[in-house]
Amino acid sequence: MTKLNAKIPEGPLSDKWRKYRSTVDLVAPNNKRKLEIIVVGTGLAGASAAATLAELGYKVKAFTFHDSPRRAHSIAAQGGINAAKNYQNDGDSVFRLFYDTIKGGDYRSREANVHRLAEVSTSIIDQCVAQGVPFAREYGGTLANRSFGGVQVSRTFYARGQTGQQLLIGAYQALSRQVSLGNVKMYNRHEMLDLVKVDGKARGIIARNLVTGELERHAAHCVVLGTGGYGNVYYLSTNAMNSNVTAAWRAVRRGAYMANPCFCQIHPTCIPVSGSYQSKLTLMSESLRNDGRVWVPKSKEDVKAIREGSKKPTEIPEEDRDYYLERKYPAFGNLVPRDVASRAAKEVCDEGRGVNKSGLAVYLDFHDAIIRYGKAEANANGLDPNDAALVKKLGTKVIEAKYGNLFEIYEKIKGDDPYKTPMTIYPAIHYTMGGLWVDYNLETTVPGLFAIGEANFSDHGANRLGASALMQGLADGYFVLPYTIGSFLSKEIKTPPISTDLDEFARTESEVRERLTGLLKVQGDKSVESFHRELGLILWDYCGMSRNAEGLKKGRELLQKLKKEYYENVFIPGTMDEYNPELEKATRVADFFELGEMMMVDALHRNESCGGHFREEYQTEDGEALRDDENYTYVSTWEWKGDGEITEHREPLVFENVELKTRSYK
Amino acid sequence: MKLKLKIWRQKNQNSKGKFSNYTVEASPEMSFLEMLDVLNQQLIENKEEPVAFEHDCREGICGTCSMVINGQPHGPMGLTTTCQLHMRHYKDGDTIVIEPFRANSFPVIKDLVVDRASFDRIIEAGGFISVNTGQAPDGNTIPIEQDEAKKSFDAAACIGCGACVAACPNSSAMLFTSAKVAHLGYLPQGQVEQGKRVKRMVVQMDKEGFGNCSNTYACEAECPKGISVANIAKMNRAYFSAVVSTDEK
Repeated sequence: MTKLNAKIPEGPLSDKWRKYRSTVDLVAPNNKRKLEIIVVGTGLAGASAAATLAELGYKVKAFTFHDSPRRAHSIAAQGGINAAKNYQNDGDSVFRLFYDTIKGGDYRSREANVHRLAEVSTSIIDQCVAQGVPFAREYGGTLANRSFGGVQVSRTFYARGQTGQQLLIGAYQALSRQVSLGNVKMYNRHEMLDLVKVDGKARGIIARNLVTGELERHAAHCVVLGTGGYGNVYYLSTNAMNSNVTAAWRAVRRGAYMANPCFCQIHPTCIPVSGSYQSKLTLMSESLRNDGRVWVPKSKEDVKAIREGSKKPTEIPEEDRDYYLERKYPAFGNLVPRDVASRAAKEVCDEGRGVNKSGLAVYLDFHDAIIRYGKAEANANGLDPNDAALVKKLGTKVIEAKYGNLFEIYEKIKGDDPYKTPMTIYPAIHYTMGGLWVDYNLETTVPGLFAIGEANFSDHGANRLGASALMQGLADGYFVLPYTIGSFLSKEIKTPPISTDLDEFARTESEVRERLTGLLKVQGDKSVESFHRELGLILWDYCGMSRNAEGLKKGRELLQKLKKEYYENVFIPGTMDEYNPELEKATRVADFFELGEMMMVDALHRNESCGGHFREEYQTEDGEALRDDENYTYVSTWEWKGDGEITEHREPLVFENVELKTRSYK
Repeated sequence: MKLKLKIWRQKNQNSKGKFSNYTVEASPEMSFLEMLDVLNQQLIENKEEPVAFEHDCREGICGTCSMVINGQPHGPMGLTTTCQLHMRHYKDGDTIVIEPFRANSFPVIKDLVVDRASFDRIIEAGGFISVNTGQAPDGNTIPIEQDEAKKSFDAAACIGCGACVAACPNSSAMLFTSAKVAHLGYLPQGQVEQGKRVKRMVVQMDKEGFGNCSNTYACEAECPKGISVANIAKMNRAYFSAVVSTDEK
């Protein structure tokens, strides 16, 4: 086991980034033109990085497996993006955003990175406004904010419930501009299937052209991965169907370390599972918890009546409802962080108080908010605040303006009208805090290989706060990587263009070919999808919302067994020389198997509960997570050594600016 | 419920396609794409080639899913993408005809998958504001009236799926292009380049082979995001004023 060096600059926390920026080695404009960069993934992180690097003068090649960069899953983020602007004059500051993020992450993230993130957050909003992102506005024309879980200020900027879409389109347009100027060469429908290393440095990728099936070699002076998270290892998640770990995992197989793989975020407000054919889960933005109250009935008789359909939720009187978040966490109430809200939902459902047929659902109720807003509107417009029908109508309008598109999504899926009856929700896998280990430069353990956005592990510790994913993706891409990449590239100005004729490219390409033909040759009886479902269930059962040592050991065995069966019995139709979605899925699921095992090993080794990682053996008397700061204040990173064999390395976490406390939202 | 499906099968861009018939067992809670998942699972179990269709977020926002269902892009429900369409809107014994989006500028790649790269090239022609990272003033420097921000947002909600093109008898991309022109044009930041932008985007649109607008409004009717044809009027106005007021060709 080695200790990893995160290369954190010296000096006081608030000076680190400023000083770093003024002293990091630069690449002169004439040299930038000679340096090539491959960016894989074109979501918020990848597109913003590709665009900004191209603006700086580097020669960029950008890759996406989608038909267009605009499709990346960043597009589905709903609620908003945080920034320490303090436009609301409610006491926000860079330090407060830093502190909230560290605390929200349950003290398992790196101080210097998080502070940098908070510092650049304000520039992101400015940049996006200048690009034409239509953020919500106040009557006076200034930018509007709302609050999100885990914090007590209003610092979230939003564009209805489609913030991710608007930010991604902004980044996509910046990228498109660079494509039109010839500074970025765009490769759509290309999937990275391996990383090519030359003399120990990342120098290129092997990509498959998904239309023709051809394997292609692409070379550059360095490689940037902005390929997102791995939540789809669970099969059912809020991730898009095609989100996968393959690019990052192939980097792990080539020497990059994976950090905290067991830190997965379970989002408390998703639409519950309705059947065995279910292909994905849909998120209802956390912003809904601003106005929605979470509850289940107090008595099991009411639960039974609801499940049988003899009672409606609206018929349960106030005193028979258990608003359990407000009861258990009076200070934060319905706005506790995601991990806390998720576990509380599981708890009441485990008690048998879940409100749908499967017993895995709780209510999110907007009735009170509708009345409250309705009265305020009536007062503001000189109307009668005691006219119940009018108040309801006015309040519904306010809720519609705030969350209209989310209510529509819900109604389309469930066929229920959430203006009239409470939504049913249940937690689901949403985001992965773990990812490729990177140092302060966002460089992995492979020199010249950088990881940005959700693909890296850096900023969210063991739990991410709402509206921080968009912030981190854009921070990395627009404002961090474009500087830090100079630390590597400034030493490469004499390196001529990398040739794809090198042996390393030929060798890696033939290894990829073998992998694909190997999978195609199996010609068994079961579809890739059915294996993926089984794998996901194993992970959800044994490495999901709560874990224990025994379960993790059993889960690992089950996973290994299933993996063996996969290579003996998977059936992939078609050939590799054509458009073949089943083959694409097959390589991704193969990598999910290896990652899943690493997650279980990581979860088993971390004998504490923190953030999204809840080990049943480590909890307080009243069921709250019990951290072990003495023994586990570090980042666990894992090196791939060969089939199933992995070695741990650690980055100790040093907290100089915040005191480690038990996270309390009571 | 038991459904009969007539699905367009086409090996690749150069081969001739045809309809094939299938039957599938579905339940009302399923989404339309989950019904196709069930069909594909069935085909794979029988060692047959599954139906290729594109999809990703399955939340109606990424714009990847397409398909013409019984003659309508994204199927029968208003303001709904194919992935958000649910089987409770069908009944036992129904026959459903499924085709790809059809337009010369959207060549078929396989079965129901089409190539919409022409949309990217229209955006590349001018669908952006030319501001480099780091050049931006404080976000609150330019106040924007709530209503203008709302209009801009309404146009920016376009998901680039191409249903407007598939719905149009002329395969026109005017709704898509005008949505971008309006999104940026309603904002003060976007005003600076508006003339140049609209001219270049219209030229590219024509170059890609998209047809012209003859005011059938089928695009607006089928748009899953409710993008208004008023944007087309706005674009035409901006285009003509740009043509008479700028020298650039």
